Formats: sequence, structure tokens, C-alpha cells
Amino acid sequence: MGEAQKTVARETLIGKRIPKMDAPEKASGRTRYLHDIDLPGQLHAKILRSTQVHALIKSIDTGAAKRLPGVHAVITAADVPWQRPIGVAKDHLPLKTGRVRSLRDEVAAVAADSVEIAAAALALIRVEYEPLPPLTDPVEALQPGAPLIHPEPHGGDGGPQLKPGAPVAYTGKPDNVAMTFEYAQGDVAQGERESDAVVEDVFRLHYVTHCCMGVSGVIAEFDASGNLLLHSNTQVPFLHKREFAEMLGIDPGRVRIIQPPIGGGFGSKLDIYPFEPIAIFLARATGRPVKLVYTREEEFEASPTRQPVLLKLRSGCTRDGALTFRAVETLHDNGAYTSWGATTPFVMMQTVSSLYRLPHCKYRTRAVYTNNPYAGSFRGYGNLQATFAVEAHMDRLADAIGMDPLEFRLKNAQQPGEVTPQGMHFGTCGFKECLSTAAARSAYQRKRLEHASRQGDASPLKRGVGIASMLHVGGGAKIYPSDGCGTILKIDDFAHVTLITGASEIGQGSETVLAQLVCEELGLPLSSVTVVNNDTDITPWDVGVHASRTTFIAGNSAIGAAKKAKDKILAAAAAKSGRASGDLQLSGGFVVTPEGEKLFELGKFLRSLHFSDKADLVMTTFYYEPPSHHQDREFKGDVSAAYAWASQVAEVEVDTRTGIVKLLSITAAHDVGRVLNRLGIEGQIEGGVVMGQGYALTENLIVEGGAVKNPSFRDYKLVTAPEIPEMDISFIETMDGEGPQGAKGVGEAPAICVAAAVANAIHNATGVRITSLPFTPERVYRALRGKLEAPVWNVPA
Amino acid sequence: MSAKVEIDFTLNGVREQRAVAADMSALAMLRDVVGLTGTKYGCGEGECGACTIRVDGVTLNACLMFAVDCDGREVTTIEGLAATPPGEKLRASFVEHGAVQCGFCTPGLVMQASHLIEKNPGAGEEEIRRGIEGNLCRCTGYRKIIEAIAGAK
Repeated sequence: MGEAQKTVARETLIGKRIPKMDAPEKASGRTRYLHDIDLPGQLHAKILRSTQVHALIKSIDTGAAKRLPGVHAVITAADVPWQRPIGVAKDHLPLKTGRVRSLRDEVAAVAADSVEIAAAALALIRVEYEPLPPLTDPVEALQPGAPLIHPEPHGGDGGPQLKPGAPVAYTGKPDNVAMTFEYAQGDVAQGERESDAVVEDVFRLHYVTHCCMGVSGVIAEFDASGNLLLHSNTQVPFLHKREFAEMLGIDPGRVRIIQPPIGGGFGSKLDIYPFEPIAIFLARATGRPVKLVYTREEEFEASPTRQPVLLKLRSGCTRDGALTFRAVETLHDNGAYTSWGATTPFVMMQTVSSLYRLPHCKYRTRAVYTNNPYAGSFRGYGNLQATFAVEAHMDRLADAIGMDPLEFRLKNAQQPGEVTPQGMHFGTCGFKECLSTAAARSAYQRKRLEHASRQGDASPLKRGVGIASMLHVGGGAKIYPSDGCGTILKIDDFAHVTLITGASEIGQGSETVLAQLVCEELGLPLSSVTVVNNDTDITPWDVGVHASRTTFIAGNSAIGAAKKAKDKILAAAAAKSGRASGDLQLSGGFVVTPEGEKLFELGKFLRSLHFSDKADLVMTTFYYEPPSHHQDREFKGDVSAAYAWASQVAEVEVDTRTGIVKLLSITAAHDVGRVLNRLGIEGQIEGGVVMGQGYALTENLIVEGGAVKNPSFRDYKLVTAPEIPEMDISFIETMDGEGPQGAKGVGEAPAICVAAAVANAIHNATGVRITSLPFTPERVYRALRGKLEAPVWNVPA
Repeated sequence: MSAKVEIDFTLNGVREQRAVAADMSALAMLRDVVGLTGTKYGCGEGECGACTIRVDGVTLNACLMFAVDCDGREVTTIEGLAATPPGEKLRASFVEHGAVQCGFCTPGLVMQASHLIEKNPGAGEEEIRRGIEGNLCRCTGYRKIIEAIAGAK
């Protein structure tokens, strides 16, 4: 009988199916999203966008718009000469000066008594343009003599805090290269010499967009002292607080961001977009609260996309199945301005270098300016694109050396303890278990052979299975100077806990999992916790909801604060009862002994602490910063405190008469560290899989000549309920030592390898390898007849 | 600005008389005139189902209906449904089955589900899937919504 067994087991919340705390409000229509909030005195704003893909602005006449009754302000860049550039490369002024570079460009804006009046005022604004040659092909952007997108400074005052020479908005750019990324490990030439099989393909990944059900919006308001209050859907309130302050030239302490419940994020709200500063400008101009909410058409035309990529991949292996090298070059269509899409190589190169053990690797990306829409961050952050290519080649190489694709993957899969040449440390790694579990549960090996043998049958319906895997950060990502999160926790006289966390909630269920982790420490039911998580004047710092980091980082932070509270309570209980504090625990709302004897009812005990001579309250704080490291200049470094793994097997049915691909099932195995909330994690994986299904099969934002051709749900096809596959989900629990109760991040993982698995399944069904997305009926129909134009790499060196 | 029209209708069991613009949608009336914001704007063209309401028992997209056409009808929104036993049952089932994430599509789906269950209490999984195909959800992948509706029958 060890010590542990003497302790009376108390009921755990970990691994249970815990309903989302805010679900009752949401399911009764009571939740007030940003769209549902109207402030007294509020005005409504609308933005006038460019009608030209690329042009000089010769003149803007706002006279008639200003005279319209009910119009409070009409602004152009000339009214805000102090505006500062936004975005990742600071190449983007919210209101455009001199030149428009895409059809979404913001030329003027109106604040009026109603949306209808604002819209009527927009129609009265006269803009004279001088068209410039459009540049909508990223390959052309690199050709000598291509039109330049940012040839001269945009204007503005140069920005006192911004170093001269850096921001494109102030310097212009003599070429169209927005960003380059180069990474190398080993010597790919040597790797190629050691290879018995080498394959090369060019892949094209298309535009898709987030389609949050709640459209973008913001409400901006200044108080009488010039402090800014924003009701915002941002996923990164503390970063944006600082940026807005810089833009206004005020102290960041004077910017307060409140996040009402958010109608979907998925990465779309990681950057500032011009509509937010514009609402702020209008609020300042009018002295009134200004609300700006997109229409769905605007959401399609003027919110970010997933990064479109042209990718050339060359890979090799030995005849006994050891990977030798990979060489990747990509061209990213940056669009007119630089948002997070340009920086997806951070993630792409990790998949290229480190999903499998690989001695030699070379990676290069150029993101080039065009007059197209620009891409932001989107769940998976480049990993869907990289995984699509890498996993196609795992099948191609296995085929080339006559090895079973599962066996080939298992032979090269990462293992626990591995440190990759890129510097990633895989403390826990359930990759091989993911592979074997997904394969076994889907009968992958048997079905693959059966389906392949039927390719030549007379039946027009072909079935196929495909496997693909993924690696993604699962313990935060040290991109910013801090990747941490703070928690403030108080327990009141009635043992009710208020958990004040920096972590933002975007529907993923962070409030529930954080409350659960706190209750686990304090031995309280979930109903004893209120979570406060949406006001920068109250909540402590958090870098934001991105990189699948919230459960891990905010979870560790919440546990830290709860442990401090527990220690304090138990120390006081020990003093009062004459027992050692190590002998006591909190369970079921009581301080209990190891034998389960209830010593003190918690609320009563807290009141006795409060109303005693030494009057005290239980209030604790904790800050968690993960033990990860920034990458060096060569992109090497252990950026995450843990890494997530997954393998998914897709089974498809291809109708060769129509090109319709039906996704029958996804068998997924995810190394999640540990399941905390089974209901929540299933929801993340099911939702991610279906988002991946859309990327593979139905979604396609058609951009032609710089214009979005299908800005509606009628023409942009989200997956609907009848189309979802059977989903079989297994959890591989590797109990990560750094994770909260052993858990790792999971938010992005499920979306990442679906398209890659579907591509391999279509190949298994038909023998046809399609290297570009999406697999819509027309494109598959053509591919099956050898009529689909394969992507080519015609990019200048 | 267009002329106002007087309408007289029942909203969530209460008789209402309102003057609305002739070109106003039922969605705009519910949200901006009456102030019931549970019915959501998702697309404005009947493609997403976030604004699903029931009119004389039938579900439809409030964004596609003129407010004036509510005249003489019985309109039920999520706020009305939520206060009834079938609404409570659906809410409990959506919560318990994890069918809610960001929640923006949820009121529309609950409305659609109430109609589905009422018209076809024996609906199987295929019928439930078909029944909600006009309602988009970007978070959940629909699986848990289907389970929630099956569990609320």
C-alpha cells in the first residue's frame, strides 16, 4: 500500500465531457455579439473601396456626401495626415493616399445616423482615377519591367517611433519582393547523390477564406479625455492595444479593448485591418461612438484569405526507405499589402524539415506584391499547404521504391527525444502511435491494396484510401518577445472563484477548459467559477489566441494561480487543525484529510480567515511563460514547449463520370498530450476535419484579374451537414511533462492533413495524382481525362 | 427613405403593432426595430440560415422576408422558442452534446431543429442532416449538432 493509495481518490474533471459554459446563453439567442451592441449616440460607418485594381487617385470629391442630411463625417487620407501604416511590413495605410493597389483599397469613409444614410453618402463621393497596368500574376511580379506595387512612399508623417528605412509605406520598394525566407540543413546535393529514388512536383494551393459566421466589425469610442474604448473582435487584444495607441500617438494605457463574444476567429482576427483604424478616425472626427460592421459581400472581398502558394518540391530516399533530402521553393502571392500570410514559411519549413527525420533540406519562399487580395493567418498557418506537398511525396517515394506507404512513414517518423536539425525538441511524440492507430482503425493497408486492384474495373465509382500526417506547435510559439499569459484569481467568502485570464475566447472553449483546470486544483464544481476574459483594463497580458496555444499557455497559467490559492488555504487549514498541510487536500468544496474526513467547509473556512484578527482574502496571481526559444537568424530554434502530432486516413468515392469526390470517412488519431475536456476536443477535431474537407473539396475563392468573383455563400461552397464524413477519432495521450495536466494544443491540428489525405485517396482510387486544389468536380473530371493543366514552375530565379 | 407601413402581427405570442419601412426586411425589423438580437445576420441572402425564424409554423430566412409581410402572421424567434418546453429541451440538448462553439449559427439551427422535430418526430440521421442543410456552421463540423437534434426528439 503506497502513499497514493491511502489517499481517498477524489472525482476528477479531467477527461470528462464538460459542456461549454457559455452554451446555454448562445443556444437561447441571448448572447450579445458585437453586432448586437448599440451604444447611445452611436453612428454607423461605411467604407468606400476602390473600383480600380491598380490606379492613381487623381481627385476625391466628398462635397455632395458631406451635404447629405444625417451625415456626420466623410473622411479621406487628407483628413488624417497623421495616420500610420499597419500590417506585418507596415506597408499599408488605412486610408489610401495617391494610389490604390487592389479592389479592396479604402479610399474614403462615412459616419452617419444610419447604415442606409452612410451607404447613400458613399454613392455621392466622386473619385477620379488614372488606371495603371494591373499586376495579378505573382510570376510576372518577378519579371524585369513588371509594374511596381509600392514604387514610392505612400505619405504620412514618417512616424516618430518607426525607424527610417524600414516601413515600406515610408520608403517605397524598388522591386515587388515583399519577404523572403531561406532555410537550409545539411547538403541537399549530397542527399540527392545518396538517393535511389527522386521525385519532383509542382503544387498549387488556392485561395480560401475564413467565413466566420459573424462578419467583421468594430465599435470605436473616445471619452472626454481622449481615451479610446474599442469593442473589437480581435484575437490579440494586447498587441492591438499597443498598435492603436501608436497609431494615435497616445499612451497604450489609454486604449481599452473589450471583446464581446466573437462569431468565429480561425486566425482571421490576428492582424489589424483598415476598417478598425477607420472607425477610430471617424470616432475621433465626430466625438461619437462609431460602429462599423461588414456585409457578407465585404467579408468575402475585404477580409484576408488563406495564403495561396505555388510550391516546387523535390524529394529523395534510399531503396530501403530512408529519406535523404527535400528541396522546396515557394512563391507566395502576397497581394497588395503584407499581412500574416506572408510569414507562413515559419510553419511550412518546420513541416518540410521536421515532420519526418531528414538529413538534408533546403527551403526558400518569396512573397511577392501583386494587385490581388492579401492573405492573413488562417488555422494551420501554411501547414495545410506544406503538408499537402510533403505527404504527396511520401506516397510517391514509397511507390517509387515499392514500399508500403505506411511502413515508409513509420520508418521515417519522428520519435520522442528527437532534436531535429532545425532545433525542435520532441519531448513527447506520439507520431508512430498516430500512424498505426489511424491505419489499423481504418484498415488502411488492406483497403489500399483492394482499392488499387479495382482501378481498372468497369465500375465508374472508384474508392480509395489515403493517409497523411502532421506536425504542429502544441505548446505555444515564441514569435513575439513574450509568449506568456497572466492569471488573476480570487475566491470570495462563499468559495466562488473568479478566474481573470488574459486568454481570449473565440468559440474554442477556452473559458471552460480553464475553469475545469482551476476546479481540478481547488476541488470545486464547475459552477463555482466565473471566467473574466475580455477586457484589457481588467485582464492580465496574453499574447493572443493563435498557434493552438491557449489551453497550454493559459492553462498552465490558470493552474499556477489555483495552486497558489490552494497552498494558501491548506497552510491556513493546517495551522488551524494542527495537521501538516501536505496531508490536506481540497475536495468537493471541503478541506479534507487523506482519509476523506471533512475538516472544514470551504466557504465557511474562507469566511473565518476573512473575519479573523489576521483578516485576509484569497487572491493570487500567476504568470506563465513557456520554456521555449526564439528562432535564430537561420530559423533554427525550439519555438514551442511541446509539439502536436496527428495522422488521418481519408476514404473517398470518386465518380469518374462526373468528377464528384465524396469524402466517406476520416479516421483520425491525434497526439493531444492528454484529453482535458472530451466534448470540447472532439468538437475541435470534428470542426477542423470539416474545415479541411472544405479546403480539399468545395471551397474556392475565385480571384480573377484582382477581383473576387464569388463573394457569397451561394457561389463559395462551405461544406453542409449532409456532406460531412464519418469521423472516427482516437486520442493518443502522451502526457506531456510541460503541458497543463499533460495536455498539448490541438486547435489547428485537425484541419491540416485532410486535403493531403484526400489527394492520396484519390490517387489510390483512380491512379491519378492531382497536385493542385481544390478537388471540385470539374477539376477532377478534367484530371481523370488528362485535361487538367498541371501547375508549372516558371518562376524567375 | 421609403414610406412606413402599419403592420399588426403576433411576435412570440404577443400582439405587436409596428410601423415599418416598406423595403425593410423582417430581420432588420426584429433586430433594429423590436430589438430582439437572437436572430442573426450572416449573409443577407438566404444562404446561411443564421436568421432562421418561424412564420405561421414554417421556418424561413428572415433576411429574405419583408417586414410588412409579417402582417397578420404569427412570428416566432429564438427568444420566443427558448421560453417554451421544446425550446428548453433543444437548448439543453445543444449544450449537453457540445453543439455550440462560437454560437453565431446556433439560434438559427435551434429554430430549424424545432421545426424539424415538430414535423418529423421520427427523423433519422439522414433526415436531420437534410433538415439542416440550409444552415451553415463554421466551427463544429455539424456532427454534434446532428447528435443534439437527435437527442432532443
